[in-house]
Formats: sequence, C-alpha cells, structure tokens
Amino acid sequence: MDPLFEMQDVEKHFGTVIALGGVNFSVSEGECHCLLGDNGAGKSTLIKTMSGVHAPTSGRLLMRGQEVRFEDPRQAISQGIATVYQDLAMIPLMSVSRNFFMGNEPIKRRFGFILFDHERADKVTMDEMRKMGINLRGPHQAVGTLSGGERQTVAIARAVYFGAKVLILDEPTSALGVRQTANVLATVDRVRENGIAVVFITHNVRHALAVGDRFTVLNRGKTLGTANKGEITPEELQDLMAGGQELVELESSLGGTV
Amino acid sequence: MSDSTQDERIKNISPLRQALVRPELGSIAGTIIVFLFFGFLAFDSGMFSPRGVLNWSTVSAQFMIIAVGACLLMIAGEFDLSVGSMIGFAGMMIAIFSVTLQWPVWTSICVTFVLCTALGALNGYIVIRTGLPSFIVTLAFLFILRGFTIFFPQLIERKTIIGGVSDAADRDWLASLFGGKVGEPVFVWLADLGLIDVFERGSRAGQPVVDGIPALILWAIGLVIFGHFVLTRTRFGNWIFASGGDAQAARYAGVPVNRVKILMFMFSAFCACVFATCQVMEFGSAGADRGLLKEFEAIIAVVIGGALLTGGYGSVIGAALGALIFGVVQQGLFFAGVESSLFRVFLGVLLLAAVILNTYIRRIITGEK
Repeated sequence: MDPLFEMQDVEKHFGTVIALGGVNFSVSEGECHCLLGDNGAGKSTLIKTMSGVHAPTSGRLLMRGQEVRFEDPRQAISQGIATVYQDLAMIPLMSVSRNFFMGNEPIKRRFGFILFDHERADKVTMDEMRKMGINLRGPHQAVGTLSGGERQTVAIARAVYFGAKVLILDEPTSALGVRQTANVLATVDRVRENGIAVVFITHNVRHALAVGDRFTVLNRGKTLGTANKGEITPEELQDLMAGGQELVELESSLGGTV
Repeated sequence: MSDSTQDERIKNISPLRQALVRPELGSIAGTIIVFLFFGFLAFDSGMFSPRGVLNWSTVSAQFMIIAVGACLLMIAGEFDLSVGSMIGFAGMMIAIFSVTLQWPVWTSICVTFVLCTALGALNGYIVIRTGLPSFIVTLAFLFILRGFTIFFPQLIERKTIIGGVSDAADRDWLASLFGGKVGEPVFVWLADLGLIDVFERGSRAGQPVVDGIPALILWAIGLVIFGHFVLTRTRFGNWIFASGGDAQAARYAGVPVNRVKILMFMFSAFCACVFATCQVMEFGSAGADRGLLKEFEAIIAVVIGGALLTGGYGSVIGAALGALIFGVVQQGLFFAGVESSLFRVFLGVLLLAAVILNTYIRRIITGEK
C-alpha cells in the first residue's frame, strides 16, 4: 500500500547540534507504525518536525505522495496530522466537554450572538467517549478526575473526531499502570481499524509489539531501518534502541531482566 | 448516559459535593451570612432604608466594576496590579484633557479610554514577549502610572487635584452616561406613594432622598452580565479558561493564547477606566491619589468569588458576589458603629478563609491528594 505520510532523509539542526541526521519513515492508512528510541534519540524533535512545530533543515515530507511544508502546527492539523502530547493534551480544571472542543468550539447563533453550542458539545463528547469505551459521569466532569489512561483516550478521541488522518502519539503509555496501558493500547487498535495511520512513539518494546505493524528504531538522530511484525524479536529491538553494545554488558549483570 | 454500562468504580457523588465544585458556592454562602449578620446587627441603623441600600450598593458596584476585569484576567492566568494606578491615571487624564486643554468632555473620555486600553495592551504584550510573571510587569506599571499621575498635574497646574470637571461636563452626552442617574420619575412616584422618605428641610425639600440609580451601578450590572456571558456562553470564554488552565496545552489545541491574554489585560484596563470616569464625573475632580490599593481589593473580591489564583477556574458571578460582600461589610460595619479599622482585620480573615476553601475545592476537582 502507498504510504499516506512519508519522511525522506529529514535532517534537523539546531545551530551546531544535529538533532536529526537522516530520518526515513512512512506510515499507511490503517497501520500502526511504532517509532522506538531511547531518551535523547531525537524522538521529540522528530514529533515536532512531523507536527509542524519545527521546519526540517533538509529532506522532504510527503502527504499522499505530494510534498508538503508546514509553517506552523495549524497547517499540519489542517492536512490531517494530529499530535497527542503525553502530558499536555488536556486541561485538568476544565470539563471533558470543554476540553474536547478546545480550540474547535461548535457555535450556534441566537439573536445575532455567536454562542458556544454547549448542548451539541456535551452530546458529541458523551457519544465519542462511549465509542472509546469510557463511561463518563457526565460531560461536565472535570478532566482532572479522569485517570491518565482516560485522559489519553479523550485526547485521541478528540483528534479522531476532528478529522485526523495521521495520529501521532507521544509516549501515550509511559506514565500509566498496567490496566490503563491496556486501555490505551485497545484505543490505538480501535483507531487503526478505522483506517487512521497511527505513529506510536515509545521506548517500551512490549507496548510497541502489542499493537505495532511495523517498527522503526531511532538512535542518535538516525533511523536504523524498519522491520515488519514477526520479523524481529523484542531483544533485537531493545538492543537496537540502546545502540547494541552497552546493553549486552548491562544485561549480563542484571541477569537478563531488562 | 446508559446506566447498564456504568463503570462500577465510579462512585455516585452527593449533590452537596457536586455543588461544592461550583466556584460561586462560597460567595453565595458568604453573601447570605453577611446579610443575615447585618440584618440582626444593624437593622435599625438605616442600613436597609432606601438611602442605606443605595449607599452600600454604590460601594459594592465600584468593587464590582474592577472585579469583573480582574476576574476574567485571573481566569486567563494573569494578574494586573496596575488597576489602582490606572484608575488614578485615567481620572487625571480626563481632567487634564477637559479642564486644562479645554477639550469637549466626550472627546476627553474617548481619548482616555483608548489610551488606557492601549496601556493595558502594552502590559499584556510585555508579559507575553518576555515571559515574565504578570505580577512583576504590572507592579512596574503600578509605579510608572502613579508617578505620571502625580507628575502631570504638578507640571501643568502646580497641584495634585484638578477640579472643575463638573462645569465642563454639564450637558455633555457622554459624561451623563457615567455620572448621571436613571429612573428619577420612578423615585419621585415612589416618594409620592410614601415608600421613600422625602427631604423635609433645605434646598431639596420635598424631593425624595433617593432620586435615582447612579449610572455606576448600571455599569457594574452591565459589566457583570457581559463578563459572565462571554465566559460561559461563547467560544472565547472557553479560550479564557484554556489559556489560564494550561497555556501550552491550549496552544497545541489551536487556541490563540497570546491574543486572549492581551485582550484580557485590555479589558482590565477598560474596567479601571470605567471606574475612573464614573468617579471623576461624580466628584467633579481628579486627584493624584485616587484608586490607591484598588488592585488588591479587586483581587480579593475575585478570590472570595471562588477563582483560583493560579488561573483556569473562576466565575464572574462569584466575583460580583465577592464585591457585594466587600461593600456590604465595609459599609455595614460603619452603620453598626463598629470601629472601621476592624474592617481590615475582617478582610484579611475572609481572604485567608476563601483561599483555603478554594484550594480544597481545587483538590476535589483535580483529584490531587
């Protein structure tokens, strides 16, 4: 299948620092492509380049085979590239429904005033949340009362509702417990089945293997190649992420528990 | 909300707890308590006669006008400590333009409004561009504006009070919008019915003791309705909450956070300017010391009204009730004959109680431990 979104030889330099030194990456509709990398591998820079926060220093971004350039995040969003940031997705003090429509509030006109259509916002929020398997007490429940996994799910549902074609998830499971992780992974699976291309960024090999169709390892700003599901073992992925050598030594001292 | 799929771990919450999460609750309870308290303590003192009511509602309306601006700004996550100085500055500018420069009063008022909202925008712009806390930036403006307010009249007229605005404002269409009274015929009619006392002696003998509702009170009510409407019923209101709740998350969601914050600084300056114009039209003069400490009174009213100092949460209705409590207590202690310095003690205690209650409510909402 032709890739929906593709990055070719993308580099990003900050002054004298080469944050990305040649990234090749693609994702197709209905596919979950996992991007694995340790801390400092360049994951954040890569996400920000994909979502339009940074313009690449060199290389090309392609959407359906057409080259695209994003000046700011809004342009990426209008092309259907939505990013869910790990801890900046939701505002805890605001209700689920206000959060869901933040920046995209539905409006209605009454007596010449342009009003926030609360009824519609509440109804859509409850419907979309139910589809994702989350039962809210009500649309006015504050996001602060939701668990971390539920917050991620609300953010994902929001991105999908507003027409995301490529969904970038920035370590959605890294701060979660076992059960919440399972919920988020189930959500990712559900989203993928709807034909959305998912870019799943993580440093947890187990989570990646649970939902991923393809796996790309990022190390020191470069992609080290892509493997299909079933072609690679967790140990190999782990070694690639850590740059091989050091982890082998460490592993023997830890008795193979990493 | 189909009950069959209800998560068994979601505990039903009591209506009381649900109500507690509303920002206005504390101030509604406070208002009831305050009125009951003075109802017993000062009922015979004339506090609840037409004149008494007019007295404390005028004082409350003053607090309300600046509290609305401070409330929306605080929900957007910023402070404005220059409100008091802005009041002094705006009043002085109107007096200088209209009396010293002999401009028509309506021109003076319009130019002052433009000047003050521009200064509010400058406040906001500096906060946004430098990333400094608004507390520091507006503290600088507190001194800068107060300095100019004392300097200009001394430079021009060699005094710190400029009078004569009343004469200049006579028959001015815009001035009457700030300094006038409404509903005079109604009050005359009420007096004829014997519901309102009339003056028995002096030049105004036969006129009702309360002859109209000051424009100031209407401005306060208008601003409260406007602020509440914008905050709860429009998409811009959602942006105000979002900007104060978490500016970065709001930016990622496409909310124009900088524009929202700068507009709220401008609105805060606008409210200060409304206050100043009403005051100048009432007194007929502008003084360099007007508006002293008003910024803190506005913030206290907003906090009593249930807004969080950290932004992202609050209510204009709450802030208005906070201002009402403020005004009723200040004037009520006077009516009850209590030593007025005790008002400050009361204020401090009230502020502390409100902040503690708000912090507790915040924990309930966000589930923090």
